[in-house]
Amino acid sequence: MIEKKLLTKASLDNLVSKLLDEGKKIFAPVRKDKQVNFEIISSLKDMADDYILTVQSAKFVVFPKVEKLFDYETTKDGVKVKDIDIHTIPELVLLGIRPCDSVAFGTLNSVFTWDYKDNIFVTRLKKTLIISISCKKSDEYCFCSSIGISSGDTKGSDILLTEIDNSHYLAEIISEKGKEIVSKYPDLFETAPDTEKEKLIANVPECFNLKEISRNLGEFFQSDIWLEQSLRCLGCGACAFVCPTCACFDIQDECRGKSGTRLRCWDSCGFSLFTQHTSGHNPREVQSQRWRQRIMHKFSYMPDRLNVTGCVGCGRCSRACPVDMNILEHIIKLAEV
Amino acid sequence: MEQIIKKAKDLLEKNTVQVVIGYGEGSKNRVRPVFITKPEDAEKLIYDDRCIQNLAVYILKHEVKHLGKTGITAPYFVLRSILQLSSENQIKEGELIILGVSSESNLIEFPDFKSIENYVASFNLHITVQEKELIEKIKKMSMEERFIYWTEVFSECFKCYACRSACPMCYCSRCTVDCNQPQWIPVASHALGNLEWHIMRAMHLAGRCVNCGQCAEACPIDIPMNLLTYKLTEDLNEKFGMFAGAGATAEYALSTYKPDDKENFII
Repeated sequence: MIEKKLLTKASLDNLVSKLLDEGKKIFAPVRKDKQVNFEIISSLKDMADDYILTVQSAKFVVFPKVEKLFDYETTKDGVKVKDIDIHTIPELVLLGIRPCDSVAFGTLNSVFTWDYKDNIFVTRLKKTLIISISCKKSDEYCFCSSIGISSGDTKGSDILLTEIDNSHYLAEIISEKGKEIVSKYPDLFETAPDTEKEKLIANVPECFNLKEISRNLGEFFQSDIWLEQSLRCLGCGACAFVCPTCACFDIQDECRGKSGTRLRCWDSCGFSLFTQHTSGHNPREVQSQRWRQRIMHKFSYMPDRLNVTGCVGCGRCSRACPVDMNILEHIIKLAEV
Repeated sequence: MEQIIKKAKDLLEKNTVQVVIGYGEGSKNRVRPVFITKPEDAEKLIYDDRCIQNLAVYILKHEVKHLGKTGITAPYFVLRSILQLSSENQIKEGELIILGVSSESNLIEFPDFKSIENYVASFNLHITVQEKELIEKIKKMSMEERFIYWTEVFSECFKCYACRSACPMCYCSRCTVDCNQPQWIPVASHALGNLEWHIMRAMHLAGRCVNCGQCAEACPIDIPMNLLTYKLTEDLNEKFGMFAGAGATAEYALSTYKPDDKENFII
């Protein structure tokens, strides 16, 4: 049973100040020109209050676009490797992220702990306090409910806030990390009123049957639909890089003389280079095969192998796509085949 | 628009072309590129102020070429791209059926590339008021300030390469950033990697960019990288009196040698 509390906006402001006083960096959605994205805030006032979702997801907190894995040096006695010191990974707070993004941390975790436990990722996630805020509104790109996620989903969050009115939040204390915050600052949290959370959150219509899609996708492998859907695809990586669950990366060594650094960089299955062999052969030589891979990976391979859907229905890829490749529309079409 | 639809239908019915690339309705009041292969689908073609994507990017795409002979809905920036692609020997006259579209959505038929050259000559380079203001602001900066400005702007880049993918002039089968033996540009999207990519992109497009603005339009994080190529276009025009996309057989200023080239910049 998840403990429920009442948190006033003034108390949230106070909590932000206290977390900042503890020396924690707080990332929250901040409006800059036309976009809302996660930025470091210095007070609650910096946080945007009129966003459906940030353009970029919050995955960079646990899986940065570039991160150092280790330094190396070639010496007479062989190669010396110096791993990054995971103790230097800072404690962070993610405030105001949406439930779909919180759920996505679990999806990423299942990839990064699948056959090998990635200590850097795990430590980053462990050191991040996630205070999410339920969605009051959604748009036509949102389809979390079709993936089985609610706009007030508690999964992945430490504390989930749901706005009751202009000055009050219902606070659900989900994890041990969340409970620690309540016991550390008990005065900020009051007794929760009797509220029906379902009435306070966005109602996102369910558009397809996920189980059916996952079960049937394998049969369409040779279908012409992939070419039909992807003719306009430009083959960029915008969809993958704004996606909260895309976890593919490229390992790069940057060296100078005998020493260097090994980096992990975001990569995308939409790029032709992604599967290019040294011989020059490319098993996914055209864009339709890469588009198929993107959908198959998320809706067939991940459910099969990791028992998790590789998509949380945030719709960011559709919003970011320069040529209006709308993932929801495409999946609905696939369901009709 | 009826004229364009009628023409597209006619071309498909007579099997003169097997596909017409055009604009169609997309999701949430957006438009999207459409590939019309059946005469009855020609009704889906639209043209209005929202139709700003440079469709010329699809002319050389493998899968589109595979469909057969292509017709293309072509507002003036697409026409300029076609001329530039021709001057770079990427397409030949007659290879494409061009359905020119005026700003009033009427069909303009072009018998040859020469007539396109005459038509596009009447258009100035397009730039928004905000972009113009930003360019003026950047021009006033010292070299150091300008370097800091662009380094900061580019630091946000995560190298999804949407700018490259949306550009009809970025048609290299293997981009420099995809070459790793040797590695010229760092793959990582750290500050240096981003700066090198964007400088390389701008320099490779210097005087080849038709200023359709699609690189910035495609950028999911709104980096105004089109201003660099716009400025380079201005510079090349000032120094060599040339515009990319003005002529189907134009010589490219930065790779053409002439005995009477000025040498006064060499000390």
